[in-house]
Amino acid sequence: MAVPLPPPRLLPSGDSAVTVEFSRTIDDDANQRVLALDKALAASPIDGITETVPTYRSLLVHYDPGKIGFDALGEKLLPIAIQPPPPVTKARRWRIPVAYGGEHGIDLEDVAKALDTTPDDIVARHAGGDYKVAMIGFTPGWSYLSGLDKSLHMSRRQSPRLLTPAGTISIGGVQAGIQCLAAPSGWHLLGRTPVRTYQLHRNPTFLTEPGDRVTFFAIHHKEFEELDRAAEAGEIVAEQVIA
Amino acid sequence: MSRLVVASIGPASSVQDGGRHGAQRYGLTVSGAMDRLSLAAANTLVGNAPFAAAVEIGPFGAVFTARDGAVRVAISGAPRNADVAGSPVAMDNSVTLKDGETLTLGFARGGAFTYLAIEGTIKGEPVFGSLAVNARAGLGSPYPRPLQAGDEFSVDAASGAPELRIELPKPVSGPIRVLLGPQDDEFDDANKALFLDSEWKISATSDRMGYRLEGPAIKHLHGHNIVSDGTVNGSIQVPGNGAPIALMMDRGTSGGYPKIATVITADVGRLAQTSAGTAFRFKAVSVAEAQDEAKKFAQLIRNLPDRLRTADSVALNIEALSDANVAGYAVSAVDAGTWQVTAEP
Repeated sequence: MAVPLPPPRLLPSGDSAVTVEFSRTIDDDANQRVLALDKALAASPIDGITETVPTYRSLLVHYDPGKIGFDALGEKLLPIAIQPPPPVTKARRWRIPVAYGGEHGIDLEDVAKALDTTPDDIVARHAGGDYKVAMIGFTPGWSYLSGLDKSLHMSRRQSPRLLTPAGTISIGGVQAGIQCLAAPSGWHLLGRTPVRTYQLHRNPTFLTEPGDRVTFFAIHHKEFEELDRAAEAGEIVAEQVIA
Repeated sequence: MSRLVVASIGPASSVQDGGRHGAQRYGLTVSGAMDRLSLAAANTLVGNAPFAAAVEIGPFGAVFTARDGAVRVAISGAPRNADVAGSPVAMDNSVTLKDGETLTLGFARGGAFTYLAIEGTIKGEPVFGSLAVNARAGLGSPYPRPLQAGDEFSVDAASGAPELRIELPKPVSGPIRVLLGPQDDEFDDANKALFLDSEWKISATSDRMGYRLEGPAIKHLHGHNIVSDGTVNGSIQVPGNGAPIALMMDRGTSGGYPKIATVITADVGRLAQTSAGTAFRFKAVSVAEAQDEAKKFAQLIRNLPDRLRTADSVALNIEALSDANVAGYAVSAVDAGTWQVTAEP
């Protein structure tokens, strides 16, 4: 029998949501517990819960206070939340093509300079990583990845850019990311992928799920144009590897 | 099918409904009406479900024209002058526009958003069950953007039902109620007190994503970065400059600034309707009190049909006047245009 772990903090987020907080820092064990609680609630729903939003370190549980109160919900959540997460056996794995540098990765040279190495070396380190989708947020499909090589950790840009392109592949702090829509960003832009993690009239609309694994591979800019056209027509263009 | 044509409209007007739920985990913004009670009241007046899609009209004026038949509409929310072909239309009333007739709405007099519901509701292609416009994500139907002059809606022909008014409870006044947290421990007692004891104003740079609050700077205990976590409608985050931002319907689904407090569900619409520059305060309540208010608010919306009354009109009041002798109603005859039945059976 698995030994229960310390209970998370239950923080009221207004009258219709509770933040189940496992950690205050980015921590893979905490993220594993977040995703395990999320999965457990999907498998055995608690009446009154309307929607859950997993993040790095907490699960936001939206609920209807007309159906269940804060205390009663907490009493139901805690026994599930203190169970050690089951080992991950079957994560979906995506191989994501990236056109690094040049117009698609305007910060690659600067990142290389700041880390006293070459752009090729940065690409090798970034594409060599094994990442997990820790959470999705900010804009549709924006996938926050954990697992960035420690040698690539660097603080965000001094001033954020007001608009960065759809498909931007970037790093910021200890995180890596796949950005789907054009958006403001203070992260460092390494490249661009033709993959749409969100595409409205495609099935599935959202490609990535929290808990999925991701690796990147470099493609030529010319290849980007071809894949981008295919993606625009509704193809997924990421390779799925079944573990 | 009739058409309702947008003859002119100010910025910050769009189609909104109860919002897009179920995909916040993928970063999909909820959107939906800034003032859910007013949306529900307008919809109830024309027989729609409370959170059906309607036109959310920003602080500026708007003009709508019926084409190819009559169109029945209703208005609720921020008060403004309204008329059809020169005859005044009261707020919280339905009115039928005959083919070719025009409804003219003036600027909001207090408040920010007025809702125009259309009998039979707005037709469109829902995404995740919603027509709500989220301009940033290019979502919403029939126009995935703020409305412009020349836009039009295909609508059901007016049913010819009698015009109604809705008696809403007297608006709650007093402070906007909040629950502290979820990150109130990122602030010391003095700064929490500063937040709760100060007078605030909504900045003119506010929008459907967030209301920026003008007042004293709130200082953090450990800096302004937290590891991003989930947000709700009414989350009040405090960025580095110490000026709180109340997250509204077009909020991001997660955020990385500490959230000092959360506006209670029953008061999010009140905050949304607070005009830029109007001073207000916050007041902390308990979880139990906030949930009690949320339940009352949900019940108020469920029971809106019980608050419908036959609209006051000159014709009605003449009838009421003649009935007065037998039924004993009190009738005001001060102004022929605004006669009111002041007591009901």
